[in-house]
Amino acid sequence: MDFNDTPAEAAFRAEARSWLAAHAPAHEMPVGIKLEDTDEAARGRAWMRELFDGEWSGLTFPKALGGRGLSGVEAVIFAEEEGKYNLPKGPFTSIGTGMALPVIAKHGTEEQRRTFIEPTLKGEITWCQLFSEPAAGSDLAALRTKAVRADDDSGDWIVNGQKVWSSWAHLTDWGILVVRTDTAVPKHKGLTFFVVDMKTPGIETRPIRQISGMSEFNETFLTDVRIPDANRIGAVGEGWACCMTVLMGERLGSGAHRSGVEPILDLAARTPAEDGATMLDDKAVRLALADALAEEQGERFFQARLRTMVSRGENPGALAGMIKLAYATRQQRVLGLGMELQGLSSIAADPADSFTPDLQYDYIYSTVMRIAGGADEVLRNQIAERVLGMPGEIRMDKDVPFDRLK
Amino acid sequence: MDFDLSDEQKMLAEQARGLLAERTPYDRLRALIDSGADWDEPLWRELAEMGFLGAAIPEAFGGLGMGELDLGVISLELGRANAAVPFFSSIVLAADAIRLAGSEEQKQRYLPRLASGELVGCFATAEGPGPLLGRGLELAGDALTGSKHPVADAGVAGIAVVQCGARLAIVDLEQAQVTRTRLDSFDQLRPHYRLDFAGARAEVMPGENAIEILLDRAAVQAAFEAVGGAEACLEMGRGYVMERQMFGRPLASYQAIKHKLADIAVAIELARSNAYYAGWATGTSQDDLPAAAAAARLTAIKAFELAARENLQVHGGIGYTFEANCHFYYRRERTLSVNLGNRGHWANRLLDAQPGSQGKAA
Ligand SMILES: Cc1cc2nc3c(=O)[nH]c(=O)nc-3n(C[C@H](O)[C@H](O)[C@H](O)COP(=O)(O)OP(=O)(O)OC[C@H]3O[C@@H](n4cnc5c(N)ncnc54)[C@H](O)[C@@H]3O)c2cc1C
Repeated sequence: MDFNDTPAEAAFRAEARSWLAAHAPAHEMPVGIKLEDTDEAARGRAWMRELFDGEWSGLTFPKALGGRGLSGVEAVIFAEEEGKYNLPKGPFTSIGTGMALPVIAKHGTEEQRRTFIEPTLKGEITWCQLFSEPAAGSDLAALRTKAVRADDDSGDWIVNGQKVWSSWAHLTDWGILVVRTDTAVPKHKGLTFFVVDMKTPGIETRPIRQISGMSEFNETFLTDVRIPDANRIGAVGEGWACCMTVLMGERLGSGAHRSGVEPILDLAARTPAEDGATMLDDKAVRLALADALAEEQGERFFQARLRTMVSRGENPGALAGMIKLAYATRQQRVLGLGMELQGLSSIAADPADSFTPDLQYDYIYSTVMRIAGGADEVLRNQIAERVLGMPGEIRMDKDVPFDRLK
Repeated sequence: MDFDLSDEQKMLAEQARGLLAERTPYDRLRALIDSGADWDEPLWRELAEMGFLGAAIPEAFGGLGMGELDLGVISLELGRANAAVPFFSSIVLAADAIRLAGSEEQKQRYLPRLASGELVGCFATAEGPGPLLGRGLELAGDALTGSKHPVADAGVAGIAVVQCGARLAIVDLEQAQVTRTRLDSFDQLRPHYRLDFAGARAEVMPGENAIEILLDRAAVQAAFEAVGGAEACLEMGRGYVMERQMFGRPLASYQAIKHKLADIAVAIELARSNAYYAGWATGTSQDDLPAAAAAARLTAIKAFELAARENLQVHGGIGYTFEANCHFYYRRERTLSVNLGNRGHWANRLLDAQPGSQGKAA
């Protein structure tokens, strides 16, 4: 066991560090100001371009496809160093690099790879994910949006239906889309995967007002949307395999987090308690914070173990879900504690206090981590089944043709 | 970065696991409890022969000179087996105390015999309910008066390392001025004693400020032991629910059960990861030791507590019987949860070690 970088890793880190020091600061997001989302997305594109020009994009992507062909470990090192800066990254960048590109690389044609990979790495094409529907979330394969062949000879597809929770769909260029092309077969078998230009007539995005007060995701209505067959990824009926590729990327990607506990420790240390003490002297607060800190450290070293697996070419599989599960539940707990230790002023802060509004927002947002990208309960099922080898859930719909399901 | 056990360490683990599985099956534990035995002496001798006892003791003092992580691998397997041997008392605490605080002469005299297992040591701090480090002992010259209790494994020990204020002293337990009284031990596989000293001769060790670091180092080993125990519980619980049928299907197919075991698995992996790091830091990165040890301690106890309780729970009524195997861990977990200071102690240790010490309690 050696917790330090190998000489090669250290050299890579030094290279990343010095490049970032020269290029990242100019792209950092202003602190304490909420940017317009168009501005944020534009900054996202600019940072992608900078990464591309510096040859820091597509690190784990094969060289033949425009990437650098590096190992997962190097990608993690770069993410660690990049994470030290407050850069414009979000679904508007990560859906492209973490979801669209892997699926196009794995299931796409040569032509599709040429069309999409480099422009995406450059930030010229940004992506949204059109998977979830009102009746299909964790049970994604229950989706109903339908595509049929156009009744001309074009080979085009005509899509009708509704997607929901489509993050940044109102500002991104293309979408990855999964639809049902055959209702006479069981639900996982009748799906097909497309990429779709968001400017195609018939696509309408309507912002959804979120509990945070923002509207980063949308309902996306698809009405007689025409998609050329050239934009189909993989074979007809192979949509589920493509989705799996996308969702694997999502799981492995949700690893690199900033510390969630440290800011709350600092908050406790500067929040007055009775008799000149601070909230950090409060025994109950100390116990809760120490517990969270200990778990957070464990998670960091667990991440390091998984990273070691990846560097050996092993697939951590459902183990990666353990990290997300631990992180998401702890984050909500710690942020909730942060509010508690401030007392009533965490509900309505002084106008001069810029920390508390962020804390409030983060507490609201902590619910997302527990739902999106594999909800807690879904992850627990996966851990039980794939890590512990326990029986799968009973499924009533598995072998029933979709059109005969209730 | 290579954050995994080495191939040698994996082999060591396998070797230890194989031996323990063969020599100390659960029926053996039941027999030891029924006979009121102080320990599993044949197993102790065999562990000594295999070199496990002296693994981390320097070669100059008769050990194998391996690292703390290697020792952790052994602690984990002993925890898994719930073995009735004084490894923690004699090796992790007494021998390490002498290594940290003893004079050259004391190390020469005691460590080789501890490494070979021919001498057993125990470690005495508590003086009844209250803090981990007692305050009531009196040392006049080299004469010790007062009592320590409870003290694990004092029945089979030849010496005790006794905490006396901020100092540590070696006390020969065979002398007439020491009385040992066996107490009823909640942990039936780790006997506890009361030690009364009536002017007993004590050799005060010269090393100062050794106690904190000793406890940190021991906490790392206890964390490994707890992870081993938690793993055994998870395995046992999983095995049972996979077999047990109810309402026409395996108990393991119910989501309440799956989620319970998934949560235990996550807690174990967090704890194991912290233990690995702490084992590595013990030998390599001393500045990190207090935080690493505390984090390992807190997560390991949490994992073991959850695993020990829920393992019994998924067994239902059978879990409440002596014939089932849940109780060994249900009891051992409580020993580990208190034997080096409680949660509050380790919470403070972790927070106080945060950068800038903004964690320091007033
Ligand atoms: C902020 C945000 C952004 C998002 N962005 C996108 C996006 O860009 N594109 C996109 O396609 N989707 C997006 N999503 C949707 C996200 O993928 C879904 O919310 C997620 O898959 C959960 O589906 P659901 O919301 O339908 O909840 P449901 O699946 O209905 O889950 C409801 C509850 O049931 C539990 N549950 C589900 N299955 C089981 C089971 N088998 N056993 C026990 N309990 C179960 C869940 O854990 C949850 O607690 C986003 C969601 C959020 C919150």
